[in-house]
Amino acid sequence: MIPTIPQSQSFRLLYGGYVLLFFLYLALPLTVVAVFAFNDSQFPSLPWEGFTWNWFFGDKSPQTGVFHERGILRAVGTSAFVAVCVSVLSVSVGTTNAFLFNRYEFRGKGALYVLMLLPLVIPGIVLGISILVFSSTLANGVWNAAKLDIQALRPGLLLVILGQFSFITTIATLVITARLQKFDRTLEEAALNLGASRLTAVRTITIPFLMPAMIGAMVVAFLMSFENFNTTLMLVGSDAPLTIAMFDRLKEGSTPLLNAVSLLLMLGSSLLALVVILFQRR
Amino acid sequence: MTPDLECVDLVKRFGATTAVDNVSFCVPPGSFFSILGPSGCGKTTIMRMIAGFLEPTSGDIRIKGGTVLDTPPNKRPVNMVFQHLALFPMMTIADNIGYGLRRKGMARDQIARKVDEALERIGLPGIGARKVDELSGGQKQRVAIARCMVLEPDVLLLDEPLGALDLKLREHMKIELKALQAEFDTTFVYITHDQSEALVMSDQIAVMNAGRFEQVGTGQDLYYRPQTPFVAGFIGEANRWKGRIERVEGAMLEMRTETGLAMRATGSGTLSKGDAAEIFVRPESIHLAASDAALSDFDNRLQGKVTSILFNGAASRVLVEDDAGETLEVTLPQTGEFASMERGATVHIGWRAAQAICFGGGD
Amino acid sequence: MRSHARIGFVLLLTPLVLWLGLLIIIPHIDMLLISLRERISFGVYEPSLAQYQKALTEPLYLRTFWRTAVMSVLATAITLVIAFPVAYYIAKMARGRLQQVLFMLCLIPFYVSELVRTFGWMILLRETGLISNLLQWAGLADQPVEMLYNDAAMMVGLVYTSMLFMVVPLVTTLESLDDSVVEAGYDLGGGGISVLREIIIPHAMPGIVSGCIVVFMLSLGNYLTPTMLGGKDSLWFTEMIYNQFIVRSNWELGATFGFMLLVLSSVIVWGMLRLTGRTLQETMG
Repeated sequence: MIPTIPQSQSFRLLYGGYVLLFFLYLALPLTVVAVFAFNDSQFPSLPWEGFTWNWFFGDKSPQTGVFHERGILRAVGTSAFVAVCVSVLSVSVGTTNAFLFNRYEFRGKGALYVLMLLPLVIPGIVLGISILVFSSTLANGVWNAAKLDIQALRPGLLLVILGQFSFITTIATLVITARLQKFDRTLEEAALNLGASRLTAVRTITIPFLMPAMIGAMVVAFLMSFENFNTTLMLVGSDAPLTIAMFDRLKEGSTPLLNAVSLLLMLGSSLLALVVILFQRR
Repeated sequence: MTPDLECVDLVKRFGATTAVDNVSFCVPPGSFFSILGPSGCGKTTIMRMIAGFLEPTSGDIRIKGGTVLDTPPNKRPVNMVFQHLALFPMMTIADNIGYGLRRKGMARDQIARKVDEALERIGLPGIGARKVDELSGGQKQRVAIARCMVLEPDVLLLDEPLGALDLKLREHMKIELKALQAEFDTTFVYITHDQSEALVMSDQIAVMNAGRFEQVGTGQDLYYRPQTPFVAGFIGEANRWKGRIERVEGAMLEMRTETGLAMRATGSGTLSKGDAAEIFVRPESIHLAASDAALSDFDNRLQGKVTSILFNGAASRVLVEDDAGETLEVTLPQTGEFASMERGATVHIGWRAAQAICFGGGD
Repeated sequence: MRSHARIGFVLLLTPLVLWLGLLIIIPHIDMLLISLRERISFGVYEPSLAQYQKALTEPLYLRTFWRTAVMSVLATAITLVIAFPVAYYIAKMARGRLQQVLFMLCLIPFYVSELVRTFGWMILLRETGLISNLLQWAGLADQPVEMLYNDAAMMVGLVYTSMLFMVVPLVTTLESLDDSVVEAGYDLGGGGISVLREIIIPHAMPGIVSGCIVVFMLSLGNYLTPTMLGGKDSLWFTEMIYNQFIVRSNWELGATFGFMLLVLSSVIVWGMLRLTGRTLQETMG
């Protein structure tokens, strides 16, 4: 079952057909979402009422386009803010974690590593509620002790950021650790030998080596944060990120506006993915 | 007697390149046949066609007289020891050896018995329960052979299986492989780029270059009586001179080299006066002496200076620069006679025409 | 120099400990504590197992719990069966450029939010949707067909959502299978089925395990797909957690449900690792 093993023509056709079918299955939902963004109708479904750009640029009801829809634009801004915070935080902590696990031998290292992996196997909703529960315990404690109401500990952006950070950091750590493991320690020793201090050696030799992984992790973190739903759902306050805002609208019934937003999301994330691929090829 | 393996006018093209160009050969039963050639010469392609992983563009492959072209690889009576052995890492040694027997639907207890026998024969009894990665390189080698041999194939193919081993073990495995072949009394077809592997183990060697067989013969044939310049240059080492033929006396030739030396050599008989030619002389055919008088019964004699002594125990050489400014490699006999020779010393060298082989062309 | 290294160690350890401590360990302990108490009156609680008793005796809760578990296992199995041939094709049959392109194509759908993917399935499957219209056009149905809001639709969505996390580990492990090992299998007399069973699948086991674990986790913890594509009676356990927390504000019961979900997923992950003799470190790291 590899190309060098002779196989019958019909088997090869059947197999090829199956793979083709699979990719159709992958493409189908995204394609219909994209196509119906241009339907000149109130509903993202058949019949096809003609082509329109209104769901992007329309400025009057009932066909208000994405670029004139305040609620959606604000939600995009919120999502972007959260995603930037999460990616910066998780890549920073991911990098320090990578150095810790790569450079130091200490008691309990194995256990700590397993603990570091745990957020990947905890359902997102459970992560969300545990942080929700703990932060409100904290807030209540502070209130009882000092009659201070700390708004930051109530559901809202800070909790959303922390909640997403709590599991995205694991992914950043894995990506950066994998790259650091490939690093040849003698390069750092050579830098020391040439007169650099330990910190300078890391800054001028190791960090540039890690850069592709750090940027890759940054983008992955950004995308994961941007499209996160489960954890965010439990921690969200009054400022809804995009996925939550879209979910609320979807529950009320959908218009092609949502298709337009989705199409822009697809374009945006593919573009980002492409940039990473090009960057890493260079 | 029907040959175990016979290839007839075998051709394999990949697009515009011809990897195997009209190759024919027979391997008699029970013999050790090697295909020797530099990498990229097409020897792996031949082997993969015999095993059934490649389809020849034209020609025929016959095993015990019958064509196997329409037989898929899992039904052919040939088995292969892969270059990196391809032992199944997910199975124990016993399961590896028993794999083919299970495919034949043999009963469990019978398989177990056969596996034990095979382990016994390769000198590794009782390791059946171990994992593949617990074995040493040489042990893996033997298991890979046993895995094929339990199936009693008509022909066993070996694709440079010693390549991954270190030098010492490789030397040892050469002897062992030859012994295993005798033990199993099966036809082995062995491909390698290492001439010493081929020379030590084989009954017959085919030297392959650029998709064609240059010469097929015993090791002695190839070494003493090379038929093409490629074989003369590829098997062993040689000093070479290019020039033009000046005189022909039967098999004996005289050639004037480009640097103006006159040399006597043995030719193939197709050369005549004025032809461009090339002479090959092995470093070990050249005699070294302190005086010209000691070399009086040699056809070719030169005088030169030692420019370098390449000490390598029994395989030591000296580089001698002759008066024409050419450098020759000469074997340094370890008889004690030349123990005190130093760089810069003047020496006399000589060799017989019978050991200087002349080929046409060479320009 | 030694004290230098010591300071570096502490500096690197601090963020890790803060992260795991404040965001993972303590919150989960807090959640456990909350699940183990009962509200007596406003602001007054006492320790009790009442929540667990309620969760384990109320038929609706129990039924939802087991249904979620079974459906997640089913979704994982279906994903594996669909993904394996495709991953094998990408890893072993396709060559060069085609291989890269197919692999990239697998990744692209997952750069978009799960919400968009679910939305796509809604457009396809609903009564006025594409497939319903297609069936009517082809004469296979004489009135609009509602294919949304049932278990099958939900399964389609779950499998679609998790596909990437099965394909990628499978492709990675299958790629590391040396062609000559497969060839050796055939050379020694094996056929397609026996080579698949004895060589390819055992080799792919690490990928199968990690793919299955991730897909199972994602299905179990999914909220969107069951909510949007599932029917009224296909309640998912995560929906119950959400309801208790956000709709009913019964945090004690919600935390109990959360803990049950956590235990269920840990048991299944642990069981899968145990069954295949692997560690979490090998599988995830």
